Amino acid sequence: MGAGVYFVSCSLIRGAFFRYFFLNLYVILSLFADLGRQGILRFYGVDSPQYMYAYYYTDCLLTVTLFIAVISLASRVFAELNLSRHVRFVAVLLLLGTAGFTYAVVAQSSELLATRFAVELSQNLYFVGLVLTYLLWGAVLKLQETRTRLVQMVLSLGLYFSAYAGSYALLNLAPQYEVAKYVAPLLGCFLPISWALTIMRYSEDARLMPARLVAVPR
Amino acid sequence: MMAAFILAFSLLTLLMFFVSYCRSLTASSLHTSITEDVRDVTGIQVRAAGRDYARVVQILQLCPDRAEDRSGLKIVAAYYSFLNLLDQGFAKLFPAVRPWAEEERASCAHFAAVALGRRIALNREMLAQQVEL
Repeated sequence: MGAGVYFVSCSLIRGAFFRYFFLNLYVILSLFADLGRQGILRFYGVDSPQYMYAYYYTDCLLTVTLFIAVISLASRVFAELNLSRHVRFVAVLLLLGTAGFTYAVVAQSSELLATRFAVELSQNLYFVGLVLTYLLWGAVLKLQETRTRLVQMVLSLGLYFSAYAGSYALLNLAPQYEVAKYVAPLLGCFLPISWALTIMRYSEDARLMPARLVAVPR
Repeated sequence: MMAAFILAFSLLTLLMFFVSYCRSLTASSLHTSITEDVRDVTGIQVRAAGRDYARVVQILQLCPDRAEDRSGLKIVAAYYSFLNLLDQGFAKLFPAVRPWAEEERASCAHFAAVALGRRIALNREMLAQQVEL
């Protein structure tokens, strides 16, 4: 929670709150989600169905918000090409497509539909978010984006989505390890801290050499 | 099968984003040249080489800490360790990786040397303030 407060404070201090509104919205919502989960945890206990519903539905909501945050960054990258509207349209289609696909898969399951849907949608959106961030990163390189803040925020998102999608995949492959249980809180802190450091370290005018961004230069 | 594919894809992208993130950090210091003070202390002649990194970090630890540099230095230290691992393991199979890894280690050393320059400047400021008092 401290990491979230730190990021929002840094955004306000540096006057970047509205410039990165959806990133801030995600962090603020995650703060409220943490508070809500804590309240339900204390009232009903960790094994209660109420806590399970609260956890997975807030997680699903947060993933959708993060997905919107990725789109907001993509809109900024594509703004100069006047493609922002198309990017948003494709993103909405992708979101609805993922929700539809998840519903179709879950509807065949014998488990409780409402719970399973939130869990599956969340996991699928992490992977779709990862693919989207990967494509966004490709666009950043192709369009020779030089804005340091934007570049580092996209990279932080890429690291976050990769680690989350990987931990969920590992959980599905080897459930006995419960890796996501330990990775999730660490990653929850990582995103707001890395964004906050980016905002504090670089001004909006800071620029990078695009050639230095490619992992392996060609 | 699907989970295995997602795991492999996630690990690959994790590695790619980690390398790019670290490169974006070191790139931000490339337009700053190494100060004369740092050259004197570290013995770096024209430009930093990968082997200078350990010496620069040792001297960095002797200077008063700057909170602004702390996280960046930790990430670059992790990146440097990763490059060393790559050089000792992967580069034996693919020797073409070695020059790239050396170039990257040199940019890690440059990043640390620029941070050292800032710390020396801070040290001087603090000393000047103490003299004034």
